[in-house]
Amino acid sequence: MSTTQMHTASVNRRSFLKLTGLAGGGFLLGIYIKPGAIAEAAETAAATGDFAPNVFVRISPTGVVTIISKQPEMGQGVKTSLPMIIAEQLEVPWDEITIEQADFHAKYGGQSAGGSNSTPGNYDNFHLLGATVRTMLVEAAAQTWGVPATECRAEKATVIHSSGKKLTYGQLVAKASTLPVPAKEQVKLKPASEFKLLGRRIAQVDTRKIVTGQPLFGSDLKLPGMLYAVYEKCPAFGGKAIDANLDQIKRLPGVKDAFIIAGSGKVKELNSGVAIIADSTWSAFSARKQLKVTWDEGKVVEESWDGFVAKARADAAKPGATVLRADGDAEGALKTAAKSIEAEYLYPFISHANLEPQTTAAHWREGIMEIWSPAQIPNSAVQMVTRVLGVPPEKIILHLTRAGGGFGRRISADYLVEAAAIAQKVGSPVKLVWTREDDLKHDHFRPGGLHFLKGGVDAQGKIVAWKNHFFTFGEGGSPGSGGSLNKDELPGRMIPNFRSEQTMFATGWPMGPWRAPGSCVFGWVFNSFVDELAHAAGRDALKVHLELLGDQKILATSGQGGREYNLERFRNVVNFTVEKSGWGTKKYPKGSGIGLGYYFSHRGYFAQVAEVSVSKEGQLKVDRVVCGYDIGAQIVNLSGAENQIEGSIVDGLGALMTQEIDIVRGRVVQSNFNDYPLLRIADAPTKIECHQLKTVFPTTGLGEPALPPIAGAVCNAIFAATGKRVRRMPLSRTDLSWS
Amino acid sequence: MAKFTLQVNGQSRTVDVASDTPLLWVLRDSLELVGTKFGCGIGLCGACTVHLNGVPARACMTPVSTVGRMKVTTIEGLAPAAGKLHPVQQAWSELDVAQCGYCQPGQIMTAAALLKDNPNPSDTDINDAMTGNICRCATYLRIRAGVQRAAEIAAGKTEAVT
Repeated sequence: MSTTQMHTASVNRRSFLKLTGLAGGGFLLGIYIKPGAIAEAAETAAATGDFAPNVFVRISPTGVVTIISKQPEMGQGVKTSLPMIIAEQLEVPWDEITIEQADFHAKYGGQSAGGSNSTPGNYDNFHLLGATVRTMLVEAAAQTWGVPATECRAEKATVIHSSGKKLTYGQLVAKASTLPVPAKEQVKLKPASEFKLLGRRIAQVDTRKIVTGQPLFGSDLKLPGMLYAVYEKCPAFGGKAIDANLDQIKRLPGVKDAFIIAGSGKVKELNSGVAIIADSTWSAFSARKQLKVTWDEGKVVEESWDGFVAKARADAAKPGATVLRADGDAEGALKTAAKSIEAEYLYPFISHANLEPQTTAAHWREGIMEIWSPAQIPNSAVQMVTRVLGVPPEKIILHLTRAGGGFGRRISADYLVEAAAIAQKVGSPVKLVWTREDDLKHDHFRPGGLHFLKGGVDAQGKIVAWKNHFFTFGEGGSPGSGGSLNKDELPGRMIPNFRSEQTMFATGWPMGPWRAPGSCVFGWVFNSFVDELAHAAGRDALKVHLELLGDQKILATSGQGGREYNLERFRNVVNFTVEKSGWGTKKYPKGSGIGLGYYFSHRGYFAQVAEVSVSKEGQLKVDRVVCGYDIGAQIVNLSGAENQIEGSIVDGLGALMTQEIDIVRGRVVQSNFNDYPLLRIADAPTKIECHQLKTVFPTTGLGEPALPPIAGAVCNAIFAATGKRVRRMPLSRTDLSWS
Repeated sequence: MAKFTLQVNGQSRTVDVASDTPLLWVLRDSLELVGTKFGCGIGLCGACTVHLNGVPARACMTPVSTVGRMKVTTIEGLAPAAGKLHPVQQAWSELDVAQCGYCQPGQIMTAAALLKDNPNPSDTDINDAMTGNICRCATYLRIRAGVQRAAEIAAGKTEAVT
């Protein structure tokens, strides 16, 4: 597999000298340039004669164009979409380009994939990268012919003069390599009106390998002399291995070694456990069945989900630990409201459940730690290896393998540091393989939460009061990722009498970002409770929502973790979507209904209308989801974009319908897909329609923002269909039958 | 340890492994056919789907000692010839079905078996046949469309769709 080689980007010596000379003084992409790193790469490239004016593009004298994809690929399509941007500006036909996955390296200037940031964080730079290389090739041709560059144009990897003369990019490599890299101001970007590639449907670059089952993922890796490792951790979070029957284990067939690792003492870092090293995965799995470990489970055994839920209910009416926002007089307005309601919304902890269980291969030799891993945030992974194992960063080589799903799980690097810690004791290359049970029991979970809501409407049915006491969960002193309401959370700033309070339960439970952290559940609570208030007032939910969205253009942030909303974009996307859906034009028989949800997250404005039917027995079918979205001016890859939107919608539906992690005495009850069911094909919506609302705003990402509206849209449609209000996830907890 | 001679993708392959080793790990670790994936180990996700004598089976639940002379077909051996694709693989490529792609070999193997039995499946037929295959990225709508498209390709309608 190609990841066994270092994919050092080629930068020839002349380019290297030019770049380093310019690095301090404003090379247009200076952020990507780290002289020491390039010197290393230059050694390997000097002999090839390639033209490589930056670390992302390489053109050989025979015309082979290679684009380096720096971001980790986990199914979000970034290995296809970001190179498309370079290819568009470079004027090279997509089918003729070779894409290589980068290893982790400082020269790429940041390789974190998360927060739907890859597109907005690289979009402008990648246009400039491609256009800069094209500009140099055009200049090389112009100089070769002795004509002004303005008389030349680039097309299909060829520079063409107005007279009809042509030179291919390959033919121009030698000349282009002698030219200085132009300043940003000298580079003309191709305007969107001339795009030939962006906005089209392009299949992922690894499609052929995926459909033919070629080695691609971290778990597929096989290194010469590689051993296989399993790692048993304490069932209770953060527990420590005291003793184990290691002598017995070491005598089992295929077992090469077995040992206890003390751990770093932090539940989201290197956990204590017992490693078994064997000559095959099955030998390791089989030996593990014989493993007996004495654990020190610690105080986490005093903590259970049910206990916290009971405490939250008992304390709901008491003041919250923190007052996040207090506008007007919420309690007073609730008393004087024409109608007021209250409700408890609850969602459980859930797991990421990447279909590829966590895995990483590592090889420790001569003070160097070489790692192959599907890490989402490679920088923090390397820092963790340094912090926990004392390997200096310059002695760590991290190859990025394709990840079998991300969803935020691989932002954490616990599995990676485990593999590295095992490798330090083994010496041979070793691949750590988690089982599904390891994965479910030792995830960094999306925190559960409870919202105790009160709301009031005036005589006209306008929402005039809103109060929320939110109970959340934390580890290490602060709420888990996505477990913190911000001061401006919807519908903060939209209601005159508004109060939000937060109380956190401190636990020893590992939590981490799960796709659209916070938003993935806050969107459900917001959209559902507004719908409840609209029904209480006897009004159309759409009208109530549009009233909330008001007539201002911008809703400023308080600057304390909240977000500025462009209300005009919000209103437009809601109106656009309901129009596409035919809202208000159809009559639904009992058991069928329509619902609206919308949200703003990860810079994207999204609205969704769901049509559902619920059988008398209570079986839900989502018949149609219409999704309108505003992520700015330009879709990069329409196929990838819609795949992310469809996937987010179905993912959000799955979390709503089936997923629940129960924690009893500090450990996870569920173990595999038998008791942690994921959504299957029959429960996926019959139809999803994606409609882009194109705006003039900068292009933003699509990994997350399509997820938050769906649960609210579906639950509001269920209410319309059955009169049953879903206030608890998963949906399997609510009887939807009707007569 | 014991020796087993398996018929894998038209080739005879001999391995020396514990007799309770699941076919999944024989394929992945011994034969380096890693297209067949490990997802749950208890036959509930379908990522390890292979064909035994043309019938879909869960390789993670199939001890190597039970395979005998059955013909094992994995994703690597599904295509009719080197450099060619099976209609399901073609359809998956045309429609860009995959996201992370980890489950897709299993999805494709199940879909290929469905189409062999039922060349013109309805969406309900597809839902029923594919229910054992989890896609965590939730590409289910494209999987449905992919099976329909593969049926067209197999029927000779080869014009590309977008």
